Amino acid sequence: MKILYFSWLREKIGLDSEEIKISEKIGDVNELVEFLKKSSEKHSIAFQNMKSIKVAVNKEFANFNTKIQDQDEIAFFPPVTGG
Amino acid sequence: MIVKVQNEDFDAQKEIQFLKESCKEIPGAINSFVGYVRDFSNNEKITSLTIEHYEGMTENKLYEISEKAYKRWPLLGTLIIHRFGNLDTGDQIVLAASASLHRKAAFESTAFMMDYLKTSAPFWKSENLKNKKIWVDSKLDDELAAKKWSE
Repeated sequence: MKILYFSWLREKIGLDSEEIKISEKIGDVNELVEFLKKSSEKHSIAFQNMKSIKVAVNKEFANFNTKIQDQDEIAFFPPVTGG
Repeated sequence: MIVKVQNEDFDAQKEIQFLKESCKEIPGAINSFVGYVRDFSNNEKITSLTIEHYEGMTENKLYEISEKAYKRWPLLGTLIIHRFGNLDTGDQIVLAASASLHRKAAFESTAFMMDYLKTSAPFWKSENLKNKKIWVDSKLDDELAAKKWSE
């Protein structure tokens, strides 16, 4: 599964993307976040305030209950600020 | 429907001319909006702005916004150019324009595209001040502006 991070999430985690191998069963975005939080202290700190984090699955806005599969591209980021 | 996401600056006049020529009949009206990098934020002086985006999703979203505008107004053409990377104060960030037979559709659809872009295109700005860098927060006003189109 490919995970992307943008803006301050990228900075806090120190990665712009990572490929993860899933050993346990991950059914939705919530479960992925729990899995990622366990992978390092940086992840755990970055995902502390979930209210300020948005998610996209395969380049479409999604939510934390969205079902995901191994071949999906998941992106985490704060609310957008373009224009 | 023209969408460009680029680091390079753009020549608004030329882009509008290109939009006009791409229309299948002469548009009686083209309205355009250009956004620039401000030099202050919360009374602090900004030295530059950095914009990052989610390549691929950004383009998809900008086309989606253009399509929504087409569905709502009788348009002959739309144009959205958004820059990313390091920009200086006073630099152009974004150009949105729409072409129609009459001004009302052109005016309204440009505002619509900008309001939607602000809340649904995956761009993130960070302001570089003298000794620090601040990620720009999303604004409630922008969300309300986008919401008002669905009322």
